[in-house]
Amino acid sequence: MLTALLVMSILALVLGAGLGFSALKFKVEGNPLVGKIDAILPQTQCGQCGYPGCRPYATAIAEGEADINMCPPGGEEGIQKLAELLGVEAKPFGAGAAPKPKAVAFVDENNCIGCTLCLQACPVDAILGAAKQMHTIIASECTGCELCIAPCPVDCISMEPIAESVTTWKWQYPVYAFIPSTEATRR
Amino acid sequence: MRQLHRFHGGVHPPTNKTQSSETPIIASAMPSKLVIPLHQHVGNIARPVVSVGEHVLKGQVIGKADGRLSSAVHASTSGTIATIGYSKVAHPSGMDDLCVTLIPDGKDEWVANLGADYRELSHTDIRHRLRDAGVVGLGGAVFPSDMKLYGGKHQIKTLVLNGAECEPYITCDDRLMRERAAEILLGAEMMRDLLHAEEVVVGIEDNKPEALAAMQQAIVDGKHARMEAVAVPTVYPGGGAKQLIRVLTGIEVAAGVRSTEMGVQCFNVATAYSAYRAISYGEPMLSRVVTVTGNVERPQNYEVLLGTPVAELVAQAGLKSGTQGYIMGGPMMGFLLPSDQVGVVKATNCIIATAPTLFPAPAPTMPCIRCTRCAEVCPAELQPQELHWFAKAREFGKAQDYHLFDCIECGACSYVCPSNIPLVQYYRYAKSEIWARERDKTAADTARQRHEYRQFRLEREKQEKAEKLAQKERAALLAKQQADAAAATANTDEDAQARIQAAMARVQAQHDATQPRNTANLTPEQQAKIDEIEARRAHIQELAHPEADLDKHHEPPKE
Amino acid sequence: MFTSPYITKPVSVSEIMLKVMLALLPGIGFYVWYYGPAILVSITLASVTALATEAAMLKLRDRPVAPFLKDNSALLTAWLLALSIPPLAPWWLVVVGTLFAISISKHLYGGLGNNPFNPAMIGYAVLIISFPVQMTHWLTPHPVGHPELSFIEQLGYIFSGVLPRGLTLDAVTMATPLDTLKTQLHLGLSVGEIRDMPIYGRLAGKGSEMVATGFAIGGLYLLWNRIISWHLPIVYLGTLYATAGLFHVIDPAHYVTPLFHLFSGAAMIGAFFILTDPVTSPTTPRGKIIFAAGAGILTYLIRAFGGFPDGMAFATLLMNICVPLIDAYTQPKVFGKKAKGAQK
Ligand code: SF4
Ligand code: SF4
Ligand code: SF4
Ligand code: SF4
Repeated sequence: MLTALLVMSILALVLGAGLGFSALKFKVEGNPLVGKIDAILPQTQCGQCGYPGCRPYATAIAEGEADINMCPPGGEEGIQKLAELLGVEAKPFGAGAAPKPKAVAFVDENNCIGCTLCLQACPVDAILGAAKQMHTIIASECTGCELCIAPCPVDCISMEPIAESVTTWKWQYPVYAFIPSTEATRR
Repeated sequence: MRQLHRFHGGVHPPTNKTQSSETPIIASAMPSKLVIPLHQHVGNIARPVVSVGEHVLKGQVIGKADGRLSSAVHASTSGTIATIGYSKVAHPSGMDDLCVTLIPDGKDEWVANLGADYRELSHTDIRHRLRDAGVVGLGGAVFPSDMKLYGGKHQIKTLVLNGAECEPYITCDDRLMRERAAEILLGAEMMRDLLHAEEVVVGIEDNKPEALAAMQQAIVDGKHARMEAVAVPTVYPGGGAKQLIRVLTGIEVAAGVRSTEMGVQCFNVATAYSAYRAISYGEPMLSRVVTVTGNVERPQNYEVLLGTPVAELVAQAGLKSGTQGYIMGGPMMGFLLPSDQVGVVKATNCIIATAPTLFPAPAPTMPCIRCTRCAEVCPAELQPQELHWFAKAREFGKAQDYHLFDCIECGACSYVCPSNIPLVQYYRYAKSEIWARERDKTAADTARQRHEYRQFRLEREKQEKAEKLAQKERAALLAKQQADAAAATANTDEDAQARIQAAMARVQAQHDATQPRNTANLTPEQQAKIDEIEARRAHIQELAHPEADLDKHHEPPKE
Repeated sequence: MFTSPYITKPVSVSEIMLKVMLALLPGIGFYVWYYGPAILVSITLASVTALATEAAMLKLRDRPVAPFLKDNSALLTAWLLALSIPPLAPWWLVVVGTLFAISISKHLYGGLGNNPFNPAMIGYAVLIISFPVQMTHWLTPHPVGHPELSFIEQLGYIFSGVLPRGLTLDAVTMATPLDTLKTQLHLGLSVGEIRDMPIYGRLAGKGSEMVATGFAIGGLYLLWNRIISWHLPIVYLGTLYATAGLFHVIDPAHYVTPLFHLFSGAAMIGAFFILTDPVTSPTTPRGKIIFAAGAGILTYLIRAFGGFPDGMAFATLLMNICVPLIDAYTQPKVFGKKAKGAQK
C-alpha cells in the first residue's frame, strides 16, 4: 500500500516536472491561435464579418468575441475548418450572410473619371491608376471584396464572376447510379 | 544482352492491336475545316498572332509560344482563318477553349521553311527551333520538348526512347517504327547530342516483333553507335515513362523528381521523329499519326492534320452503326470526347469509336472488400484501397500522406477491382481538389501580404504626416527664438556666428522636412516589419511560380 | 458519363466468394463421410438464415438488396459458421449464431467491407460463451466406433431434440480431441497416454484430421488460383507449428506435437478460410505477416493455457482489433522512394 502510494506520487512529481519544463521550453510567443485562424480565413478583406479585415476578425474569434459563421467568402468549408480548429460545432451562416460565387471587380473604362476613390478603398492595392486617369483592376490580385463598388461616384465598377476554365476545372466526385436515390439525396 | 528489370504489379488487358496494326499509315483526307486549339501542350496557352479573314499558308505560325513553358501552334494547311474563339476541345472537362478555325483552300501551299543539319546549329538554336516548331511530347503528356532537352548540371547517361505502346488498341507508334525507323533514330541522335547522353535505348514491348526488327535493322543500317532497340515484356503500364525507365535501366524515378537528376531522359519515338522533321526539314508539328479503331469498318492508322474534326476522321474508316461516342487515347487512360466536332490535337494518339458491344457499361459498384488486388497491380506500389478510402471521405491530407501524387492514374487498380470501384476517378477528383485548394491558398497568402503591406503603408503615411507637421512647428519655433536672440545681441562677434548657425539650422530643418520620403527615418520596429513582409512576399512569389512547374505531377505542399 | 479505364477484368466479389465456397467442398465431403450428413442440414439452415437476415438488414439500411445478396458474402459467412459449430447442434443454435453474425457483427458495422471483426467468428464466440454445453458435444466420427445415428435420427435430434430410445446424447457425442486433451492433461495423464485413447488417429483426432486435410486441399486450390495470398495461411500455420514445436521439445509429456495442433480444431479452416477474409485482415504484405503470426501464437496460447479448448476464433478476433494499427504502421515504401536519401 505504502509503496504504491509512494510510486504514484513520485510518478506524478516526475510527470509534473516534465510538463512544467516543456511548457517553459516550448513556450510560444504571442497568440498563435490568431495566426492559425487567420490562415484559414480567405483574406478577401471584405469586412462582411463586421471587422475591418480578416485579421481583426481572427483576433475577435480568438478572444471569443465573434462567432465562427460570419465570413461568407470562406464558405461552408471555412466554417468547417474553423470549427475543427477550435473544437466547436460547425453552424450554418447567420441571416443574410450567404456565400456567393467568386468574382473579380471590373472597371468600365469608358466611364471612369479617375477620382481615385476606389483606389483608396481597395484593401489589397489591386487597383491601378492615378488622379484624373482611368483606373484598372489587376484581376489576379483582386479578392472580390466589393469594397470599391460603393465609393465610385459614377457606378462604373461591376463584379464579374470567375468562370471555370479548362485550367481550373475540377474532376467530379464519383457518383454511381446504383446507390438508391434516398441515399444520394440524404448527403 | 541488356539486363532488364521489373516493376511492381501491372496487368494484362486484351491488347486489341492487330485490328489496326497490319495496314500501312495512310494520309487522312483534307477536311472541310480545321479546329485548331491554341492550348495543345503543357504550359501557357499560345498567343494568337493571326486575325479573322487572314489567309495563312501551311506551316505558318498562328499561335506564338508565350512565356518560358509554352509551344507554338501552326496552320496545318493553307487557307483562311474563319474564326478565333471558344469552342469545345479534346479535354476531359468538355469545356471550351480558345481555338482557331481554318477553312482550307485545298492548295496545301507551304510557307517558306528552312531545314538545316542539326550539327551545324548551336544547341540553343535547336531548342528555339523546336519550340517555334511546336514540338511536344507525343506520348500523351504533350510537354514542350525543348524544355526536356536540357541536361542542366546533371550528367545524362541514358536516353530512353519509348516505343512500348502498352495501352490496348493503340498502334500508331508501332506503325511509325515499322515505316519510319530511320528518321526516328536520326531524331534520337540529335536528342542525344543535345543531352550529351552516352547511350540510346529504345524500349519496345515484345508484342511488336516487326517494329522491333525494323528498329534494329535501322540501327545497323544507319551505323548508330551505342544505340539499341530492346524488347521489353508486354505488361500494362510498361509504357509509362517511369516504368520503362525502371525496366531498361533499373532506376526508379520518384514522383516530383526529374528523371534527368538521375541521369535518364525519356522521349516517345514519335517525338523523336517530329523533332527530326522539325529541324532537318523545317517542318513544324502539323500532323500526327492517329489510330482510328473500335466500332469502325476499317481500323487503320492515319496521318492526320492537327485540327481535323474527329467526325471527319472516323468517317474515313467507315463508322459502324451503334457508335455512342469516342474515346481519345486508350481504354485505360483515355477519356470520352465531349463532341465529335473537336479537332485532333497533338495528344491524340488514338480515337476509339465506342459501342456497348465493345465497352459494356460497368457492373454495379460494390463496397471495397480490401482484397488488395489493386495494391498487387499498382505500378507505383501504392495502397489504392487506402487512397480510395481517404479520397471518398475527402480526407485529402491523409491521401497525400499515402502518396496520392505518386499515382500515375494508369487505371490498373480499377481494372482489377472486383468491386468495380471507379478508383482512378476518386484519385483525379482528390488531386484536382487539392490543386484548387492550393490555388486558393496561394491567392489568400498574396492577398494577406498585400493587405498587410497596405495597412503598413497607411500607418506610415499617417506617421509621416504627423512628423512633418511637428517638424514644421519645431522649425518655426527655432527660427523665432533665433530671431529674438539675434535682435538682443546685435553687433557682436557672436552675433555673426549665431546668424550663421541659425542659417545652418534652417537649412538643416528644411532638409529634414523634405528629406523623409519612403523608407528613410524608419523606427527599428517599422524596419523589422518591412523586412518580415518582404520575406513573406518573396516566399509567396516562390510558391506562386515554383521552379518545379516544369513537372506535371509535382505535388503541392501539404497544409 | 463514366471515366477511364473503360475496360475491367471480369472478376467480381460474388465470383471470388463462390470460389472460396467451392474450396470448402473437399472438407465438407470428408465431414459428411466421417460424421454423417447432419452437417449439410446445419449448412442449409445457416444459409437460409443468412440470406433472410441479409435481405432484411439491407432493407432496413435502405440499400439495394439484389446486388448485395448476389455477392455471396453472407452465404460464405453462413458456411464457415456452420462448419465451426458441432454438426449435431439443435437448429436454434445455428439460427441464433447466424442471425447474430450477419445482423450485429456485419450490418451494424456498415455491411460488406466495413465490419472490423470476422462475422462467422463473432457468431461462434457468442455461441460458445452463451451455450457452452451445446457447443462442446460433437458427434463421434464413425471410425471411433460408437453407436451411429441414421440421417433421420440426426434430423430428429436437430429439430426436436429427441434421440432414439435407449441412447443418450453422451453416447453418440464426445468432447473434441482438443477438449479431451485438455481435460485429460488436467487429470494428470501424460500426452503419450492420452494419444493412445481410441479417439486419436495418426495426426490428431480420428476423422477430424481428415476434415482438416480436406480444408487444406481447398486452401491449396485457393492459393493456386491466387484468390488468397500466401502470407496469411503459411505464416499462420508456420507460427503455430513453431510455437507448438518449441513447447513440445521442451516438455513432450505435457505438450503435444506441433502436427497435432495443425490438424486439430479450426487451425486448417482458420488458416485458409477465416484469417484470409480480406475485410478483416490487414492489406499490406508485412501487415499480413504480423497478423498471421500473432494469430498463430495466440491460438497456441489459448489452446495450451486458456480456458477454451480451441483458440482459433478468439485469436482471430483479437488480431482483428489490431488490424487498423497494423496497417498504419506497415505501409510499404512507394515506387522511387525506397532508396535512402530519396526525398520524403
Ligand atoms: S468576411 Fe471578409 S474581411 Fe471578414 S474574414 Fe471573411 S473575407 Fe475576411
Ligand atoms: S471610383 Fe470609379 S470613377 Fe473613381 S477612379 Fe475608381 S473606377 Fe474610376
Ligand atoms: S481491388 Fe477494389 S475491392 Fe479490392 S482492395 Fe482494391 S479497391 Fe478494394
Ligand atoms: S491508377 Fe494510381 S493507384 Fe491505381 S494502379 Fe495506377 S498508379 Fe496505382
